Amino acid sequence: MSLNLFLQNVANGLSLGSLYALIAIGYTMVYGILRLINFAHGEIFMLAPYFLYFGVLIFHLPWWASIIAAIALTAMTGMLSERIAYKPLRDAPRISALISAIGVSFFLQNLAIVVFSGIPKSVHRPAFFTRLYRFGEIRIQSTLFASIIVSSIFLTLLLYVVYRTKTGLAMRAISTDIETSRLMAADVNKAISITFIIGSALAAVGGILWGLRFPQLFPTMGMIPGLKAFIAAVVGGIGNIPGAMLGGLILGMTEILFVAFLPAVSGYRDAFVFLILILILLFKPDGILGKKVQEKV
Amino acid sequence: MKKQNEKILTILALIVLGILVYLAENNLDAYKLRILNLGAIYITLGVSLNLIYGFTGQFSLGHAGFMAIGAYVTTLLVLPPYYKEMIYILEPLAWPFTVIHAPFIVALFLSGLFAAIAAFIIGLPVLRLKGDYLGIATLGFAEIIRIVANNIPRVTNGALGIKGIPEFTNLWWSVGVAVVTIYIIKGLIESSYGRALMAIRENEIAAEVIGINLTYHKVMSFTISAFFAGVAGGLFACLLTTIDPKAFMFVMTFNILIVVVMGGLGSITGTVLAAFLFNFFLEYLRPIEAGFNIGPIKIPQIPGMRMVTFSALLLVVILYKQKGLLGGFEFSWKGFFQFINKLFKNKRSSEGSTR
Repeated sequence: MSLNLFLQNVANGLSLGSLYALIAIGYTMVYGILRLINFAHGEIFMLAPYFLYFGVLIFHLPWWASIIAAIALTAMTGMLSERIAYKPLRDAPRISALISAIGVSFFLQNLAIVVFSGIPKSVHRPAFFTRLYRFGEIRIQSTLFASIIVSSIFLTLLLYVVYRTKTGLAMRAISTDIETSRLMAADVNKAISITFIIGSALAAVGGILWGLRFPQLFPTMGMIPGLKAFIAAVVGGIGNIPGAMLGGLILGMTEILFVAFLPAVSGYRDAFVFLILILILLFKPDGILGKKVQEKV
Repeated sequence: MKKQNEKILTILALIVLGILVYLAENNLDAYKLRILNLGAIYITLGVSLNLIYGFTGQFSLGHAGFMAIGAYVTTLLVLPPYYKEMIYILEPLAWPFTVIHAPFIVALFLSGLFAAIAAFIIGLPVLRLKGDYLGIATLGFAEIIRIVANNIPRVTNGALGIKGIPEFTNLWWSVGVAVVTIYIIKGLIESSYGRALMAIRENEIAAEVIGINLTYHKVMSFTISAFFAGVAGGLFACLLTTIDPKAFMFVMTFNILIVVVMGGLGSITGTVLAAFLFNFFLEYLRPIEAGFNIGPIKIPQIPGMRMVTFSALLLVVILYKQKGLLGGFEFSWKGFFQFINKLFKNKRSSEGSTR
């Protein structure tokens, strides 16, 4: 493989990985606080590009306004799903909340089929997003830059919120011990809502960038990226935000490079991803950046 | 009540079930039979998942993968060789599969056996994990099985799938397998092994301290569970008559998990009820999307509305019945007669008070 081709693949891997990272944040934050695998997160991700599509097509909004509206609406859906389906189950067995998450996932997916129809929609991308840049032999689409730059901006912003503000402090405190933080007068409900808003907004950004990169929308498009992003969160150490980012990048890179180096078995790409996941779980169950929790008797 | 009498009652109940199956097979149309068959297959799947998750407490999300193994093994065994040669268009079928042929019952047994072998190999390393991590790892393995099935067209016909599988599955088979599954798993749970499994569920460390071999029991439970999932997969293939890897995505596992949790974890009775209700509602909500009238208001035909209603229903049930429909309740003849007695007494006492 020539160096140029390799660099091209690295660039692709980075851009795919940054999208996974954006989605993985939502999984990892929710798991950190509620110990819940939010299976509906992939559907939240799917809603955003649809909102964008309809914003531009039906309401004739300009692109920037449509993008903002799509992110806001998606974040709201995420928050509402928590209020309706997860909050009443906070003291129930954890499996009930998981079933509820699966229920929300089915619901949103089928609602999307009813409202948006099951026929795949192709996104009309503005010229800006289809421009190609050439660096010698390497050709890079502008969405690739966009995904890397936009995700870096949002991820920096997220790190600031979580580690430098009072809300972030509350969120971290709750993820350590929900009861004690309640005693310390942290507003648990508010912090959880904010967690869902942030997670869903980041998934929305990821979804929009995804829609611009792979311009075809269908109601089940969130399933596989959602599962992959979840794997990324586990690989990085679930509950750990920098871990989710790292896991996303590793996963994106692995996927692209696997196909690049072993094109003959490219069909096994996803199987390879799962194999890595299982190996990491077996040898370092808390993920790459996760902390080891000592089990008490 | 004496054990002897309970046995007689159980046999009587089975005879009644047999008569019902006979009546259903002869009187119901193909559509209704299919729903009942699916319900029975879901009972097998649900009860087997309940063994590993509900009774042993090991969060396994691998059922779809074991089903896939079972479905392909059965399909390759029951299809006549000349037909197999015809349908593998893209790439010819690999050698041993071109000649093998077996009756349905042998195929089903081998389906379970292969699924169990896969579970044994997967379970040995993976069952050391706990909680959600175990769930994710088993989900990963199930997806790997599916992806492999997608990529070996010389065995599975790849993404095209296999069509025209003989429709061997009828109520005798599906209900029969469900009854056998319940019988074996109930027997297992009531044995000393079952006590050990439940001890592991309640507290792994305590169980280990009193001398229960964790790996042995967990792997045994996982393997047996996978065996029945494999058999159910075989029944599933011969009911739908067409299979492809997509049918065994993780959504399939979610469906089974929903049945188990909805019925109440650790309750076989609950699983049976939930498996039936799940398939019943899934089908009988169809009129909703066909369009109907409420008085003067005309509801147009909306495709997809059935699943929206179904998932909303699911959410409502889980929000209000957090421990499942039956919440760990188990049917027993003793409880049944106590219940009847109580009904009878209440009636008498209320009659007495009115006098």
